Amino acid sequence: MAAQNLKHALFCAIITLIIAYPILGLNLEAEGTQVVLEGADTVTVVSIALAAIVVFLFQLFRDTIMASLGRIPRLNPLANREPMEQGRRQRFETIALVLLVMAALAWPFFVSRGSVDLATLVLIYVMLALGLNVVVGLAGLLDLGYVAFYAVGAYTFALLSQYFGISFWLALPLGACLAALFGLVLGFPVLRLRGDYLAIVTLGFGEIIRILLNNMTWLTGGPNGIGGIPDPTLFGMEFGRRIKEEGNSSFHEVFGIAYSSEHKIIFLYLIALVLAVFTAVVIRRFTKMPVGRSWEALREDEIAARSLGLSRTSVKLSAFTIGAFFAGFAGTVFASKQGFISPESFVFLESAIILAIVVLGGMGSQIGVILAAIAVVILPELAREFSEFRMLIFGAAMVLMMVWRPQGLLPMRRIHIELKKQE
Amino acid sequence: MLEVRNLSMRFGGLLAVDQVSLDVQEHEIVSIIGPNGAGKTTVFNCMSGFYRPTGGEILFNDQPIHGKPDYKISRLGLVRTFQHVRLFNKMTVVENLLVAQHRHLNTNLIAGLLGSPNYRKREQKALDRATYWLDRVGLLELANREAGNLAYGQQRRLEIARCMVTEPRLLMLDEPAAGLNPAETRDLNQLIISLKEDYNVSVVLIEHDMSLVMEISDRINVINQGRPLASGTPEEVRQNDDVIKAYLGET
Repeated sequence: MAAQNLKHALFCAIITLIIAYPILGLNLEAEGTQVVLEGADTVTVVSIALAAIVVFLFQLFRDTIMASLGRIPRLNPLANREPMEQGRRQRFETIALVLLVMAALAWPFFVSRGSVDLATLVLIYVMLALGLNVVVGLAGLLDLGYVAFYAVGAYTFALLSQYFGISFWLALPLGACLAALFGLVLGFPVLRLRGDYLAIVTLGFGEIIRILLNNMTWLTGGPNGIGGIPDPTLFGMEFGRRIKEEGNSSFHEVFGIAYSSEHKIIFLYLIALVLAVFTAVVIRRFTKMPVGRSWEALREDEIAARSLGLSRTSVKLSAFTIGAFFAGFAGTVFASKQGFISPESFVFLESAIILAIVVLGGMGSQIGVILAAIAVVILPELAREFSEFRMLIFGAAMVLMMVWRPQGLLPMRRIHIELKKQE
Repeated sequence: MLEVRNLSMRFGGLLAVDQVSLDVQEHEIVSIIGPNGAGKTTVFNCMSGFYRPTGGEILFNDQPIHGKPDYKISRLGLVRTFQHVRLFNKMTVVENLLVAQHRHLNTNLIAGLLGSPNYRKREQKALDRATYWLDRVGLLELANREAGNLAYGQQRRLEIARCMVTEPRLLMLDEPAAGLNPAETRDLNQLIISLKEDYNVSVVLIEHDMSLVMEISDRINVINQGRPLASGTPEEVRQNDDVIKAYLGET
């Protein structure tokens, strides 16, 4: 056993050396017209050796280390507590939620402009993740092209405002409905597919939308994107220093306060907050309704669901459509926040991040998904100093999460239904 | 009520079901028996619309149903259980029963979001029906457990309850006693009889447990290697020489 461990650890250390040395330890330097191979400085070589030693030690004592890691969750003092009684828990949750929303409403007036901007981004991701949670978490349909619906929402607003001068408030439902329509259209060809096959088709769909946006230069401006997307207005009041559109008034003049660029940021944040709460409430309601239950039934056992009279077509299409609808919401807010969009904002990595949020948060769990959205958006910002390693840290965090809590941060909890015994 | 005429099902070169006929009257328990691999479950799959039969016809209340999609057939009142229990494991026991009543609920999204009176009324009705059936099969205490965590016998009963809340006309049970202990089998026995007597549901049964079959069946159809071998009352089947040879074994 020990000998085997030693052999394995040695092997891992050697592999580390073989991989790390040529990549980090050798440099190609241009000397006139020639390229010369040079060894790196001592610090690099020493750190490579150190890394190899760390790998060696870790592999050698791997079992002990993993065992002690396994003990960590048990240190959690709340782990063994009895679950709270149903009625009390519900009241507690309601109060907590109301307080949280009130805090979120008041919060932007006390912090810096940058944080409010970031919080708006978080809320956009919350909307996206909650929407994808319907498709992936509840209906169990692995969708890798979710960002396409986000793009549809954003481009709907951008194009309509560019060509027809439509305002944010009109574009919001239009963008969401158009995204939902795209969801419906995508739903048809993938009705028979599940799992890996579905993932591939949705991945392709996401790419189709992005590439179309990139290449239809006559309509979308291609890679140059669309700029000058208007900000939302509050009952015809604009938030800019000067009024852009005829007939509008400006916010700071109406209220007789000094102009501040923060007003606009805070207003956008509040819109995003209201929409995110709306999304959460509506989807929460759906999960208690026949639609939500049929999504889950389909995820659990498609054959049994069909044998009980659920039509696979309508259940799948409703999941895709409703998921896409909220992505359209998020897209419209995103376009308005940025003022400029290009296909670059809607690459596959975005889909992957949204999916990661859903998986990290716990499939189907709303609170978990919201927490994960906050973590996934804010952590990279906090780690700005290590910006080179952002993706590395992100990846490592995900691997660790999945080792410790494969069911996600807060796994979904079933709704308790009180039954009255009849006579 | 249900009439199967010359049903055939071919998978490539394999003729799994060959010219099987059977009929079920109102208020009747009909069993299908036969050795393993005889094609019993295939007959079920054709009747419930999972397979499109390659030959013959199936009439339900004189209406052809062969080739109809499975969910439409079940909406007509022809509901089945499975040889291996198929519950919605991660959902609670009540939720399993609510899903099954999808057809009786108000599925309008707006009505549900706003909680319209009609929506609430129908939701409550579904809940009452679920409560009634949970009580009937003795699972009321476990209503909010995840279905996947129930004991095997309880899962079997839940599956039957889940069929019954859809208010079927004809119930198809695929080996309901498989894996049950003798006491549980006896309970099941009574439950099936009561389904017929008290709820006016006809039952088609696939079963290997001979004592169960002989006791509760009104008529029995024997299939062997996809072909009908015999049919009649339990007494007649018990005495049939072919059946004894093929199924009960030669001694």
